[in-house]
Amino acid sequence: MLSIENLKAKIDEKEILKGLNLNIKPGEVHAIMGPNGSGKSTLSNILSGKKGYEVNGNIKFEGENLLELETEERAHKGIFLAFQYPLEIPGVNTNTFLKTSINAIKKARGEKELDAIEFLKLIKQKSSELKFDQAILNRQLNVGFSGGEKKKNEILQMSILDPKLSILDETDSGLDIDALRIVSEGVNSLRNKNNSFLIITHYQRLLDYIKPDFVHLLKNGQIIKSGNFELAKELEKVGYENFN
Amino acid sequence: MTTKKQEFKMDSRQKEIENLKDYKYGFSTDIENIRAPKGLSEEVIKFISKIKKEPEWMLNFRLKAFERFKQLKEPNWQKPKYPKIDYQDLYYYSAPKSMKDKPKSLDELDPKLLETYKKLGIPLQEQARLNGIAVDAVFDSVSVATTFKEELTKQGIIFCSMSEAIQKHSELVKKYLGTVIPTTDHFFATLNSAVFTDGSFVYIPEGVKCPMELSTYFRINASETGQFERTLIIADKGSYVSYLEGCTAPMRDENQLHAANVELIALDDAEIKYSTVQNWYPGDKDGKGGIYNFVTKRGLCKGKNSKISWTQVETGSAITWKYPSCILKGDNSVGEFYSIAITNNHQKADTGTKMIHLGKNTKSKIISKGISAGQSDMMYRGLVDISSKADNSRNFTQCDSLLMGNKCGAHTIPYIKNKNLKSNIEHEATTSKISDEQLYYCNQRGLNQEEAVSLIVNGFCKEVLQQLPMEFAVEAQKLVGISLEGSVG
Ligand SMILES: Nc1ncnc2c1ncn2[C@@H]1O[C@H](COP(=O)(O)OP(=O)(O)O)[C@@H](O)[C@H]1O
Ligand SMILES: [Mg+2]
Repeated sequence: MLSIENLKAKIDEKEILKGLNLNIKPGEVHAIMGPNGSGKSTLSNILSGKKGYEVNGNIKFEGENLLELETEERAHKGIFLAFQYPLEIPGVNTNTFLKTSINAIKKARGEKELDAIEFLKLIKQKSSELKFDQAILNRQLNVGFSGGEKKKNEILQMSILDPKLSILDETDSGLDIDALRIVSEGVNSLRNKNNSFLIITHYQRLLDYIKPDFVHLLKNGQIIKSGNFELAKELEKVGYENFN
Repeated sequence: MTTKKQEFKMDSRQKEIENLKDYKYGFSTDIENIRAPKGLSEEVIKFISKIKKEPEWMLNFRLKAFERFKQLKEPNWQKPKYPKIDYQDLYYYSAPKSMKDKPKSLDELDPKLLETYKKLGIPLQEQARLNGIAVDAVFDSVSVATTFKEELTKQGIIFCSMSEAIQKHSELVKKYLGTVIPTTDHFFATLNSAVFTDGSFVYIPEGVKCPMELSTYFRINASETGQFERTLIIADKGSYVSYLEGCTAPMRDENQLHAANVELIALDDAEIKYSTVQNWYPGDKDGKGGIYNFVTKRGLCKGKNSKISWTQVETGSAITWKYPSCILKGDNSVGEFYSIAITNNHQKADTGTKMIHLGKNTKSKIISKGISAGQSDMMYRGLVDISSKADNSRNFTQCDSLLMGNKCGAHTIPYIKNKNLKSNIEHEATTSKISDEQLYYCNQRGLNQEEAVSLIVNGFCKEVLQQLPMEFAVEAQKLVGISLEGSVG
């Protein structure tokens, strides 16, 4: 589904990714762990098409050259990023945003757009699954949301947009135990033989719920070690420092 | 890039946007005109008055204004500067020849005119008319058609061109014209009083709630021609009317002047809701051409408990310079001003409102949303003046500016005069910017750049858009998105 070959990325002459390789097959869940500033968010931004990076290397998504696609085209093709810091957009109603988003994607995919009633039905179902207070969706997008509400809102969007590859950038940071479980359930319910996940986290706790197929350690702009769930446990025990 | 990508780019939505990017009302109609001799003089004013078969008092009104005009100096305090206008190098009257003997019905109307309005999305023919909206269509200096007239007449409502009103409803026009904007007012208003050509006249009788939206569609077609529109709306005791004007003009390299006067009068317990969607040609990307929209709009809440509400969506014109105002004379009267002003490329705007509180317990509310993009410049200028007699009066003002990019400007100047200790004025202002991060977030959720900007901007303007009549809110929303296209990314 996704293959990254020798990915290098610079911003303002600063080298952040220095030859990163990663392969994700359909249905797989990969976790990436690594110290602050190692380039985890940079990787997710480059996958989802944020501008401003000088990028070298190859990224193929479902056989297509990902780097040639616009940000929104990648979203249409099924790449979803749950932001580490979700953006606030004053004035824009959260429901309006969600509906505009899902219909933009449906339209690009040649599917029928949702009318107001279909949309509300979907939202009602998904927000109750995620124990997300629907009243919040009538507020301005992320404005005044608590940290946990912002993260849950990302997961809600993930679940309604039905992506093929979901990237979660430290979605678990700052969540209480209940929210953490809900987020994990959100991921697990989307999990099937076609959908893949790239989960960036510092904590084994989330991975206890999600059980990734692979765990990678990203350090100094490269994946320096890959393994299974055991690697996550080891990292949490001895810290990033002791790996080189 | 690969052909695949190009294919993807040119999907239907994209094409739609490409089409909309150009000013789609920029065509001109090739039609034979009757014009007044070029320039401004007593002869020209007499020509206009004569061709319109005006009574003598009307001609005198004009000539008095012209005398006054000769002593006035063109103002220069506004922020957007413009090259000197040669008032002798303009035509003050231009009308399709076919309008000389006014057609009795639409069947007699020049097919070219019908076609023009159809192209503008304002069908005039019976079968295609907009539902529940009566339209007065003004082409250059004349009103060419008014729809739904008979239906309105049944309720005693008068909705016709100003020219017709001057002939047929002389007493009403004589009684109210110039009572809100006197002939001795400022430079452009006085010029208008001397040379105005056409516009709409509305009279709503006592106790009548006008059953449909009344609207005027202004079209500038002829070149080197100024448009001097004059509109007068009178809502008699206990009546209600909602009125909307729309405007477009062809794309031309020259700047064209539109100097309108609009007077509203609300008597006891009456309410007037006046909405504008202004989409005059804004000039090209380099700032060449476009309309100078120098307009005087003033409403008088003459009676007690009366209400006047201005809503404007200003997206067009090279320069917009106007302050739709309310004089709150009647006790308990209410004035409102809701504004969205958008400037892109080299457009400039200096706009706002004046709320003059004279009566007791008068209330006013100002919500202004300014959006500037490209190298444009936006000024909100407003005055809230509470007189010493206006006990217990209140004003709330909120001015928000949204900037797109680093080359545009936004300024806010609220003048406040409160001479009454029992009254109170509240002012809030914010300036914000659409960030690249916000756009990236929207793009990641599948919205392209245009859709993202449109969503964010419409969110910013929501409070004002909600004030527009339903039928126009959707149009205005699209217009807001379109006028900002190409301003990011
Ligand atoms: N816009 C930028 N300009 C300069 N340096 C940046 C920019 N964005 C990120 N960086 C730097 O790149 C490195 C990697 O950042 P990031 O990908 O956010 O790390 P992580 O998510 O792993 O904590 C950090 O040292 C960060 O300071
Ligand atoms: Mg990060």
